[in-house]
Amino acid sequence: MDVIEATGSGVGRRVPRKEDDRYLRGKGVFVGDIRLAGMQELAFVRSPVAHGILRAVRKAPGAEHAVFTAADLAGVSPIVANSGLPGFKPSAQPALAEGKVRHVGEAIAVCIAPTRAAAEDLAEQVEVEIEERPAVTDMLDARRPGAPRVHDHWTDNVFLETRTEADLSAIRARAAVTVRRHLRTARQCMSPMEGRGVVAEWDRRLEQLALHTSTQMPHIVRTGLAGCLGLKEDQVRIIAPDVGGGFGYKGILLPEEVVAGFLARHLGHPVRWIEDRREQLAGNANCREHDYDITAYADADGRLLAVDCQATVDSGAYSIYPFSACLEAAQVGSILPGPYMMEAFRCQTWSAATNKPGIVPYRGVARAGVCYAIESIVDDIAAAVGQEPYEVRLRNLVPPERMPFDNITNKHFDSGDYPACLRRVVAAIDVPSVRRRQAEATGPVRIGLGVSIFCEQAAHGTSVYYGWGIPMVPGYEQAVARLTPDGGLEVRVGIQSHGQGLETTLAQVAHQVLGVDIERIRVLHGDTGMTPYSTGTWGSRCMVMAGGAVATACKDLAERIRRIGAHLLQVPPDQALVQGGCVVSGQASIPVADVARTWYLRPQELPPDVSAGGLEVTSGYRTTRDTGTFSYAAHAAVVSVDTEMGEVRILDYAICEDGGVLVNPMIVDGQVIGGVAQGIGTALYEEMPFDANGQPLATTLADYMLPGATEVPMLRIDHMETPSPYTEFGQKGIGEGGAIGPPAAVANAVNDALRPLGARVDRLPITPHRVLEALLAAKIPLGNAPVGNVLT
Amino acid sequence: MKAADFTLVRPTTLADALAALRAPEARVIAGGQSLAPMLNLRLARPETLVAVGTLPELAGASETVETITLGAGTTHAAIADGRTPDLPGGILARVAEGIAYRAIRNRGTIGGSLCHADPAADWPTVLSALGASVVVAGPAGTRTAALPGFIAGAFRVALDKGELVQAVRIPKPSAGSRWGYYKACRKPGEFAHAMAAVLIDGAVRRGVIGAVGGAPILLPDLSEATARTALEASGLDPMGRQMQVVAFRRALAMAGTGTGAGAGAGAEAGR
Repeated sequence: MDVIEATGSGVGRRVPRKEDDRYLRGKGVFVGDIRLAGMQELAFVRSPVAHGILRAVRKAPGAEHAVFTAADLAGVSPIVANSGLPGFKPSAQPALAEGKVRHVGEAIAVCIAPTRAAAEDLAEQVEVEIEERPAVTDMLDARRPGAPRVHDHWTDNVFLETRTEADLSAIRARAAVTVRRHLRTARQCMSPMEGRGVVAEWDRRLEQLALHTSTQMPHIVRTGLAGCLGLKEDQVRIIAPDVGGGFGYKGILLPEEVVAGFLARHLGHPVRWIEDRREQLAGNANCREHDYDITAYADADGRLLAVDCQATVDSGAYSIYPFSACLEAAQVGSILPGPYMMEAFRCQTWSAATNKPGIVPYRGVARAGVCYAIESIVDDIAAAVGQEPYEVRLRNLVPPERMPFDNITNKHFDSGDYPACLRRVVAAIDVPSVRRRQAEATGPVRIGLGVSIFCEQAAHGTSVYYGWGIPMVPGYEQAVARLTPDGGLEVRVGIQSHGQGLETTLAQVAHQVLGVDIERIRVLHGDTGMTPYSTGTWGSRCMVMAGGAVATACKDLAERIRRIGAHLLQVPPDQALVQGGCVVSGQASIPVADVARTWYLRPQELPPDVSAGGLEVTSGYRTTRDTGTFSYAAHAAVVSVDTEMGEVRILDYAICEDGGVLVNPMIVDGQVIGGVAQGIGTALYEEMPFDANGQPLATTLADYMLPGATEVPMLRIDHMETPSPYTEFGQKGIGEGGAIGPPAAVANAVNDALRPLGARVDRLPITPHRVLEALLAAKIPLGNAPVGNVLT
Repeated sequence: MKAADFTLVRPTTLADALAALRAPEARVIAGGQSLAPMLNLRLARPETLVAVGTLPELAGASETVETITLGAGTTHAAIADGRTPDLPGGILARVAEGIAYRAIRNRGTIGGSLCHADPAADWPTVLSALGASVVVAGPAGTRTAALPGFIAGAFRVALDKGELVQAVRIPKPSAGSRWGYYKACRKPGEFAHAMAAVLIDGAVRRGVIGAVGGAPILLPDLSEATARTALEASGLDPMGRQMQVVAFRRALAMAGTGTGAGAGAGAEAGR
């Protein structure tokens, strides 16, 4: 990194977050804080059944004007998120159910009243007549012939099937080791602290809908919403104020946004809908539910020869806009090989439709499940060849001398030293010491050690997404940089900061280029009326793409500043440069603020050939290669397993991660910690079960178990910094990685503890119940009591 | 998730509260830590709520040589903080500090917890093991009802229309008594999925298993085989029964070694 920066606010510095002043003092403004004159509240009537024919909706007598059904939404189109992948079956998600209901919680009608309580009173009085149909609640059942069909006009319940073919017969014949596992991850509910929420207002003067919504992709919502409402895009303005966490849950175009947008225009006064926890848990999009039948072949040294997998993703009832129902499963097919080399790879995937809410990519997208699958099977290879799991991994990881590396599915790993990363985390966790403690623990509480390693594609662009053919394809990322007359810098970006600290890190980037005091740099985002188009915040792309765009815009602005400054210093432009917030030529210098004042207020002093564009530029950026950055990390966990109670505790947790050049290492640590907390949730706590009728069974936070402060151990984080050769400062996307490693590391640790007892848990989350069930299945006398003593 | 309409009555005397409870579909609210979420989910829809948390007749605590009496409005936090009389070894404080989270302990009351009779709650099991009783006030005056009989089942107690619990009376175990309490939760503060309390005090050998989906199970003796047999009828699956048996075994071990209260998640069993 050829960056010289002395102020302590530039790239690589642990700058305290600018936005925290308002967050920590309770001065943030979220959708729920917005109060508009004449605003009314919405409450939705939601389907009580998972699958059925919607025969009738009867409005509350006397309140017909305050209740709306699909028939009332004139000109509104359903939400459609197609994929261009061959064979994809489209679905149409209505804003309010029409003809059929396909999951519990699907919106059927909306009620409007001055208060939410009154709107809920109205909702209770709406009578819904549904002829119930058998529900499809399991993804493997959904694929079976004769299963009830979620979409009647389909021939089966599969959104998309993909195949990566390979002839494995020769490998099968010579493999010394063949291991196979059937693994499953639970359906989860993404649970940002702030749920979804919408305040919609129709601006008569501008003929424009202003929709305040808690989203991580305002411009994409604008495009999708305009389409559903039949409006021109300039008639829609999306404003995302402070957003209290996203993780993918806010990368969705919601039926509620469509309904609120329609009603604000139709009724002529603002309307508001604030999602409550029950709607979030029981009605809206879910994530993560995968099923793997995975086989690996290896030689006698544990060297991977091939992986063969049949993977199913429970995509739920609808293809969610914009990521579609198939991104998750199709991604499984392309990223399952992980950071490993192998001779052959075969994988078949299904995106199964079921009578559950649609699923969307959650932090790490398919990788948390994929990492769990491949890392579980690698542990089985290690057990089969009698080696430490990390040793087998070291034998199979892509070595640094082969970087950049094109793997078996043509993923282009940009840079890194994967084996060194693993060795560092192995040293941190102190394997010999853990093995000693493990040998000493002979009572009911056993010790286990688990490791996982993965690499993560981030900030991938056009060439990758064009192939998916989903409603959005990221291209150039743009930023606006402009000086104010008093020398402040405004940076405008189309991405959304929903907790990542981008108001700080993008200011660090701007400061790096222009040297303007970071206190005078204001990063504006979250308003389609103020910012350049962007696909938004997802895929760990912001620091790479928006960071690159801000740097580019600031460089272009610097050139304008330099030319004016040189004129004011009376030197030729090539003898001046912008440095430390000034235009400098030899001993002479003039502050950027003076240049700004000259452009805006004293134009008579400008050079005759000054750029008419002034001190405001919009610049676009893409990485020099758009196949993405590959950050990577190794995780190691030590757990105790109480074999009498089934309880798992994490005793120690170490991480070594490489996110390339870190713009703000403190913020990256925060991202890793938050991600690991969510990964621990995947591993041990979070699960939305459904009964055979498709009823969700964890509809409050007393039932849906989220990890809290007491479930997240002190994490030891070690950094490597291998620059990406393709990005502005060498930075890589790192926001999601923390959530990817823990399910694999924790599950491997639990199974390491159980292995001497002959038991294994193949399903997430690893609950006390499942641990005891595994011990029971292994015919282990529970609780170390004599056989048959406890359970008979 | 907003409550349906109800009328809130805030009496200042017990007599006024009892009068208010005569209204149709009237219900008592004290700390509201269980009832308020049920109201918001519209699982509970009383027409009238009678707020009793601050009634002077339900406040305060007293003790005699043999008994501790806690006003029904005593919060878990007050007990955990040692602001009320306690049993030898600080049994009550140690139970109270393990109930849910501090914010809930600040408002939740011992009387409310008993009347709510959530099988996973601490007090029904603990107070049953301690041989406690409740003082019930009603239109006909006051009466005393012994635990565990007062707990009729999951979320059911033996209160007649118009009655409320005024106080909890807990006999003091002798100085040489032994006590053990163990509960298993997915997370500290969450609802327990296994729980057992054991009191050994002279001739009294009382074991209670809670969090079973119904009223706490009072064991006729302290053998593990008895516990196992009693759990056969609980409706729990083999894993659930296993956890209960182990909770009982651990509570018994604590009583045997005099190590007192403990919780499975986040706290050392034998602290």
